[in-house]
Amino acid sequence: MKRMLVLAAALAAALPFAASAHKAWLLPSQTTIAGNDPWITVDAAVSNDLFYFNHVPIRLESLQITAPDGTAVQAQNGATGKFRSVFDVQLSQQGTYRIASVNDGLFATYEQNGERKRWRGTVERLGELPRDATNLQVSQSIGRVETFVTHGAPNDTALAPTGRGIELIALSHPNDQFAGEPSRFRVLVDGKPAAGLEFEIVRGATRYRNAQEEIKVSSDAKGEFSVTWPQAGMYWLETGSEDDRSSVKQASKRRLSYVATLEVLPQ
Amino acid sequence: MRVTLTIALSGLLATSPAYAATLDINVEVPKLNVAEYHRPYVAVWVEGADQQVAANLSVWYQQTSNSEGHGTKWLPDLRQWWRKSGRTLQVPVDGVTGPTRPAGKHALSFNDKQPALKQLAPGNYTLVVEAVREVGGRELLKIPFSWPAGAASSGRAQGSSELGLVTLAVKP
Repeated sequence: MKRMLVLAAALAAALPFAASAHKAWLLPSQTTIAGNDPWITVDAAVSNDLFYFNHVPIRLESLQITAPDGTAVQAQNGATGKFRSVFDVQLSQQGTYRIASVNDGLFATYEQNGERKRWRGTVERLGELPRDATNLQVSQSIGRVETFVTHGAPNDTALAPTGRGIELIALSHPNDQFAGEPSRFRVLVDGKPAAGLEFEIVRGATRYRNAQEEIKVSSDAKGEFSVTWPQAGMYWLETGSEDDRSSVKQASKRRLSYVATLEVLPQ
Repeated sequence: MRVTLTIALSGLLATSPAYAATLDINVEVPKLNVAEYHRPYVAVWVEGADQQVAANLSVWYQQTSNSEGHGTKWLPDLRQWWRKSGRTLQVPVDGVTGPTRPAGKHALSFNDKQPALKQLAPGNYTLVVEAVREVGGRELLKIPFSWPAGAASSGRAQGSSELGLVTLAVKP
């Protein structure tokens, strides 16, 4: 049982890196909210189709929720099923919440007694790897899957870059996306604008159409790109890259991935 | 004496609007033949050439709480108004917000002595009326006008779902 869980976790974490494979996402019930005591609920899953749960859930341990004042918020009523995790967030502050699933760790493959094995862990737990491991290959991975929700008027405190891995800055505001309007974004790697990152953007409800209708854009020299939303809907934005800026000497490569779910409203 | 005073007062009331530039608006909430009817939320505002809100004139929403929550919960459904103004407003706003209204024609009158239009600089504007109904649809109508009007002018827009006829009369 424990092994299965570990494997599922490894799969969930590793899959987003293979751009052609499955898609990880967080799907909020609403992104623009008002009222006296607003709550939202969020689905978290990895799947092929957007936004349907049919593969594996995203683990809730990876959640990082930031309140409009920059403090951390705990998810409530969390549950993980076969295909998806679900959790609630109470929006007790006015402003923008950043809801993310962050995976920051190491992935290794090695051979022991002629058997091929896989390992996943953190930098601190690197010592767990057996001493007689051969053909050891370690890679560092930083993956962020996130979405944004605004209660009342939007603000930018929770949107401040963490400076680690890939991050996306909406130059308007992530909750100010409207059909037919152009929207500009800046991509950061470790907090610095990154050129040449290719984004795949897909609108949800893929089950009810015959083509993905994906939009492909790359960040320009300033690390920026713009999208004109063809129609309203929930959109999935994904990018990834590989570099050699690993912080662990055993890991020659570092894999970065990023996913955002943005809601585009009709005019 | 009382009679003369009343006459004098009414005379005053009748003549005073002549000195003020006015916006006379009529918003029709259509009578709909639907199984579940709720009165629409309606926002009426003035937009400048930059498409930003220059003045909030009237916003109708459920002012109380029910089992589903307080009426403010559904204000973001007035999508454009919410984006451009509502989300930064502390509701209720005196003289602007009020309860929802039934099907029928609703006359609204504003003049340049009132806070909403007092600070409105001369220029070209658009009157925007947005309506959204629970378990129903949403509709947005626009009527352009100049302020203040050199001569009396009028405009109209016909809604097709959540709004009926909206008329605007601008008087110098």
